[in-house]
Amino acid sequence: MYSASDLKKGLKIEIEGQPYTITEFEFCKPGKGTALYRCRLKNMMNGSTLDRTFRPVDKIDVPNVEEREIHYTYQDGDSFVFSDADTYEEMHLTKAQLGDKAYFLIENSVCNVVLFNGEPIDITLPTFIEKQIVETEPGARGDTATNVLKPATLDNGYEIQVPLFINQGDMVKIDTRTGEYVERISKA
Amino acid sequence: MSNVSPKPELVARLEIVKPRLELRARLISSLRQFYDDRGFLDTETPVLIDAPAPEEYIEAPAADGGFLRSSPELQMKCMLAAGYTKMFQIGPCFRKGEYGRRHRPEFTMLEWYQASADYLALAEFTCEMLRYAARRVLNGTVIRRGGRSIDLGLPWEYLTVRDAYSRYAGVDVETALSDDIFDELMVTRIEPELGWGRPTILLDYPACRSSLARLKGTDPTVAERWELYLGGIEIANAFSELTDTAEQKARFALSKEKRKADGYQDYPDAVDFLAMLDSGLPESSGCALGVDRLAMVFAGAEDIADVTYPR
Repeated sequence: MYSASDLKKGLKIEIEGQPYTITEFEFCKPGKGTALYRCRLKNMMNGSTLDRTFRPVDKIDVPNVEEREIHYTYQDGDSFVFSDADTYEEMHLTKAQLGDKAYFLIENSVCNVVLFNGEPIDITLPTFIEKQIVETEPGARGDTATNVLKPATLDNGYEIQVPLFINQGDMVKIDTRTGEYVERISKA
Repeated sequence: MSNVSPKPELVARLEIVKPRLELRARLISSLRQFYDDRGFLDTETPVLIDAPAPEEYIEAPAADGGFLRSSPELQMKCMLAAGYTKMFQIGPCFRKGEYGRRHRPEFTMLEWYQASADYLALAEFTCEMLRYAARRVLNGTVIRRGGRSIDLGLPWEYLTVRDAYSRYAGVDVETALSDDIFDELMVTRIEPELGWGRPTILLDYPACRSSLARLKGTDPTVAERWELYLGGIEIANAFSELTDTAEQKARFALSKEKRKADGYQDYPDAVDFLAMLDSGLPESSGCALGVDRLAMVFAGAEDIADVTYPR
């Protein structure tokens, strides 16, 4: 159990059987009144947000959440299949659970799975990944400006804004936290 | 020669806060001037004390067989009882476990007392004082905060706690108290609305929320207590002092009981204070003002860290 005074931004807690991350935290104490711990919480299962205020006497459940290294193997329809690096145990996550992260999975690469009570609920990707551009307007030769952008598409249909000099077939680095282009890795 | 190099974060932080520490110093100097001009005695009471006032929800850290004061209130009231009529103090106070954008376990309090004055007289005094300080520190009475402004020069708003609950929380204050949501509503619904455009004096608190304040003669369900708000932030707390020893002893006993139930430390009885109170405390009022918060608001800052030595 956590005490209210343990609460802080980034801590994971459990409320009514659901795991939450504290995304905003504020200590409040009205004059002559009790301390209050105001939290904005993000549900780790479905991403919905919730505001909760805790009091000093409150005890808060610790969720049974763990992260483990796994391999992403392949996509089977709406389901993404992962396997544990050590036990080869298979795990499935749906497109709805993964959101945009699904676009940044690379087959047979390593990422972390977030388990809640032993069930996979989310993944943590490497901060940067490399993907190939499969479709974009031809690059403007010699135009090295990085502040003017144009749309481009990845092999899985994800649309990304890239600088004008990027061509079809180029490999680019993407920041998985923002989903944005970082730099060109190699030319086609 | 030491081969330890200074922490770069500390060096950088000290450079960032420099202009605001300068503003803070000008603010404190102007406040001192204001009291000096009105014949208030600049006092220093002990920081390490034997017996803090047993207030609910406020915990003084234990230190060296005693406690670091959570407030200089009891000692300054002993001075009132001994015949001092006007005095002020600017110094450190301590409250265990209070840490946030607007709270520090160690902070600077401005506290002052005046004999023969009631809480409303103190509100007028505070109004004059903040206008005086703003003219000297900010060259005017307008404070900018989060894209909005607060003009200390306008007539201040006086809003009763009763009206605030019905206006901003849509419930009457009795319901808030009986449902035990008084503090939650204060923090989430009421405080954010107070002190915009002009300062707000939120006044006449429920009697149960004012352990050292006198009850109002015309309505004993409320205490003669107010809090000042600037831009949603509580700045000062004032009240007409309770002068009845029997009543004070009964309230202390009740607070001690509640503190025990909530797991707070048991303080020794404030025997010196109670004896001085019994010898006769004149009609008087006192106010405690958070200097760090006032400096923060004057500086247009959002966090006490912006106006204090890095921690």
